[in-house]
Order: sequence, then structure tokens, then C-alpha cells
Amino acid sequence: MSGFFTAIVEAVTAALGIVDPLCGPVGIFTLFAGDTLLACGDTGWGDEIALGFLVTGSLALATLPIGLLFGFFIALAKQSEERSLRLSANIYTTLFRGLPELLTLFIVYYGLQILVQNAATAIGYQGSVEINAFFAGMIALGVVFSAYCSEVLLSAFKAIPRGQYEAGDALGLHRGRTMQRIILPQLIRIALPGLGNLWMALLKDTALVSVIGLPDILRQTGVAARVTKQAFEFYAIACLLFLILAFLSSLIFSSIETWAKRSEAAR
Amino acid sequence: MSRVSTSLIPPQAPPPAPPRPFTAGRFFGNVFMGVWLALTIGIFLMMVEGWDPEKFTRYGPNYLSGLGVTLTLVGLSIVLGAVLSLPLAFARMSKNPVFSWFSYGYVYFFRGTPLLTQLFLIYYGLGSFSTELKAWGLWWFFRDAWNCALLTFTLNTAAYQAEILRGAIESVPRGQHEGAAALGLPKKIAFFKVILPQALIVALRPYGNEIILMIKGSAIVAIITVFDLMGETRRAFSRTFDYQAYLWAALLYLLIVELLRNVWAWLEARLTRHLKR
Repeated sequence: MSGFFTAIVEAVTAALGIVDPLCGPVGIFTLFAGDTLLACGDTGWGDEIALGFLVTGSLALATLPIGLLFGFFIALAKQSEERSLRLSANIYTTLFRGLPELLTLFIVYYGLQILVQNAATAIGYQGSVEINAFFAGMIALGVVFSAYCSEVLLSAFKAIPRGQYEAGDALGLHRGRTMQRIILPQLIRIALPGLGNLWMALLKDTALVSVIGLPDILRQTGVAARVTKQAFEFYAIACLLFLILAFLSSLIFSSIETWAKRSEAAR
Repeated sequence: MSRVSTSLIPPQAPPPAPPRPFTAGRFFGNVFMGVWLALTIGIFLMMVEGWDPEKFTRYGPNYLSGLGVTLTLVGLSIVLGAVLSLPLAFARMSKNPVFSWFSYGYVYFFRGTPLLTQLFLIYYGLGSFSTELKAWGLWWFFRDAWNCALLTFTLNTAAYQAEILRGAIESVPRGQHEGAAALGLPKKIAFFKVILPQALIVALRPYGNEIILMIKGSAIVAIITVFDLMGETRRAFSRTFDYQAYLWAALLYLLIVELLRNVWAWLEARLTRHLKR
């Protein structure tokens, strides 16, 4: 069984290696930076930076669904008729929109470490526990993202007229069905620009996770900068890679927006 | 033989309200409030238990000076950024493609990359040109992390503020320009007396958000060894290994942000009272 999984992992790695935009056979570094400091392999920093690119992208992509899901439920809680539910959701957003992202990251990283350590000691485990930086970053960024996301979704919910819910009731649909078939499609359309901004912010916030040791773009270029003493070039490459990510995201988001608006009449 | 009742029926109490149903929402609301309450009590107990007057007198003043550094840094960079954002916004709106493209590129760069990367680019990146900088007599400026942080924040917030300003100026309807022109006002006076006041009201809320974002973003200067609130926190934590260090910082940051948010809400209500109906 484990051999099967290893085969899958190897196949995925090989597939990623081929389409790797930086160090693959048709990657930018392979084509244009063959014998410079950016070469892939042992002679240059290309493959390390490519790994950082992958880590940054996957961290942001892994955080997105968590943040969206939590944000959706928090937005629902905020417009609930139940006072305690509204209050607790508001406490959540006030807290995590007010704290600096870096502080949230430290609180989650060290706090989780202490919690897990205490729990492990309580059940009799003696060694020291280390929290995975990727996991801690995912939680911290997800929490911040969900707090902002709930605000965006809440204002989108408010933009949908009551009549839409009533129409769902009149058709005899369940509340869940009404949400899924009537409200959500409109919600996505209204919230997309706001969510696009949040995604950009998330992408930029991933740079903070380099501080707790995750090998993302900034950390990898930082290591390269320290070793080669060419700080400006490597940090400029980091900026460029983030710009590329931002540019790609804006392309993807504009195509999603066109897709979401496909049913609207042309104006 | 008619019997007329002389006494009225005494007033009756209304029927009791039907009991509030115990819905799923109420259940979850109670659960989450319970979680918050437990967390608050837990943190409070942790602070009481780990209370150490010696640590407090030792690190308390450091926290306050760190807070001062944070506020100075943010205040200065916001003001300098506002000054720099004016020409940027006008260049962005200008018909000259060179100006407009330069401004577009500037804004795209500073809004598209993380503040931390920009900070490293300026502090470490320009630091690697120390011989050239020494030759130009600029080394005293770039040698100091605080100066580099101020420069980065100013450049960064200028990009954001230029976008805010541009959006606000463009949101003023055409009719206002035409009205001012019809009154024979010179372009400059029309801009300062008609367009800008309306634009600034639109821009008020985004400006408030930008200041809050800067206060939160300024925490990263701790990484390049500026001892702001976050820097002092990290120093206190690295010396005591006491988790409370972060909780105090969180409290202070929340306090500033909430204070600013409320002041801004009041300001906005006050400045737009003529628009209320």
C-alpha cells in the first residue's frame, strides 16, 4: 500500500517538475539563467527559490478554502436572530481584524505549541513538541482571512433583497435549498471583487510566515541573499515573484468574474 | 328587572409569551459565548497566576516606549505618504502617458508585493550598496533600520493613498466640474473649493482603514530590529519565555485600533451630518 502512495507522490512530483514554471524543462530559470546564480541544481539558487514559490502558492491555496468556509458561517452568524450568536461572531471579527497579522501568527504558533505540549505532557509524552510552521501559518492566516471574509460576505448578503428568500419559501424550497440554489449564486457574484482583494491580501500575508521558518519565497531568497551577499538582486526577485503571483491572480479572478456574470444580460 | 353590572371585569394580564424555541442558532450562540467566556477567564487567570511585579516594572516602560515608536513611525509615514501621494494621484490621472504609466507601475509594485519584502529590499538590499551610498553621503540614512522602515512605509502608503485619492476625485460627478466651470471659477479654485472637499468626504473611510492597516503592518519592523511595540514584545518574550508578553501586546494593539476606529466613526458622522436626511 505504501508503495502505491509513493508511486502516486512520485508521479505528482514528476508532473509538477514538468510544468514547474521556474525550474522545469521550460522554466524561466532553466531557459534564461542557465549559468548564473539563479541556475537550477547545485550551482545556483533557482531550485530553492522555485520551492519557495511552490510553498507560498500552496500555503495561500490551502488557506483559502478554510477561510472562505469559516467566513461564510461567521457571516451567517452575524445576521442571525440570536443575540448571543451575533455577539460572539462580532467578538471574533473585532479581535482578528484588530490584531496585527504578525502578532496573530506568533500567538497561534507559540500558543499552539504550549497547548499541545501541555496536552502531550498530560498524557505522558516526554519529548518536546514542535508545531509545523505550515500548519500554524495556515491557521493564523485562515483566521484573519475568515474575519475579513465574513465582512465582505455580510455586505453581499445585505445586498440580496428579502424577496429572494420569500420566493424560495413560495416555491416550497428548504432553507438549505434556497441558500444553495438562489442565494449563493448571487452572493458569489456580488462578493467576488471583495474576495479578490482579500485573496491579494492573503497572498501578501503569506510572506510573514517566513518569520517562523517556513521556506517560502521570502525566506529562500533571504537565505540566498545572505549567502551570496547580493541582497538587492535576490529581494528584487522576491518582489518580482510576488508581482507575478498577483498578476496571475488578477487574470484568474477576472475570468471567474466573467464566468459568474455569464447569466446576466449584456450591457 | 334589568340587571346592570356595575363592576367591570378587572384588567387581565396578557397571555404569557410563548416560550422561545431552543433553536440550533441559540445552541451554537450559547456554545460560542461560552467558549469566549472560558477563554477570557482562562487568559485572565493565566495573567493573575503568572503576575510578576518585577517583570511588570522591568518591561512595562519598554512596552510604552515601543508603543511610542510605533505611533511615531506610523504617524510620520502617513503624513509623508499623503504629501507624496498628491503628485502620484495627479500623475495617474494625467493625460501624459509617461506620467500615468509611471504612476501606475509605482502603485502596482507597492500594492502587489508584501510590505515585508519591500522592507527587506530597502534595508538589506540597499545596504549591500554601502560603498556607493557612502560615496554619495547617504549612508547615515540607510544605516539605521528606523530610517529604512520610515522610507518603506512612506513609499508604500503613498501608493495606497494615491489610489484612494484618485478614486475619490474621480467619484465626484462631472456635473460638479461643469457647475464650477459655468460659474466661471478658475480650474484651481474649482478644484480646491468644489471638488476636493467632496472627494475627501468619500476618501475619509478608506483613509481610516489605511491608517489602521499601517498600524497593524508596522509590527513587521520588529524583524529588522526596530524596537517598536512588537519588537519590545519579542525582546520581552525571548528573555522571559512568558507567553503573557504577546497577550499584553495584543491588548495594546486592540486598544489602539478600536480607539482609532471609534474616533473615525465619530469623525465621519460629524463631517457628513449635512448629508443625512
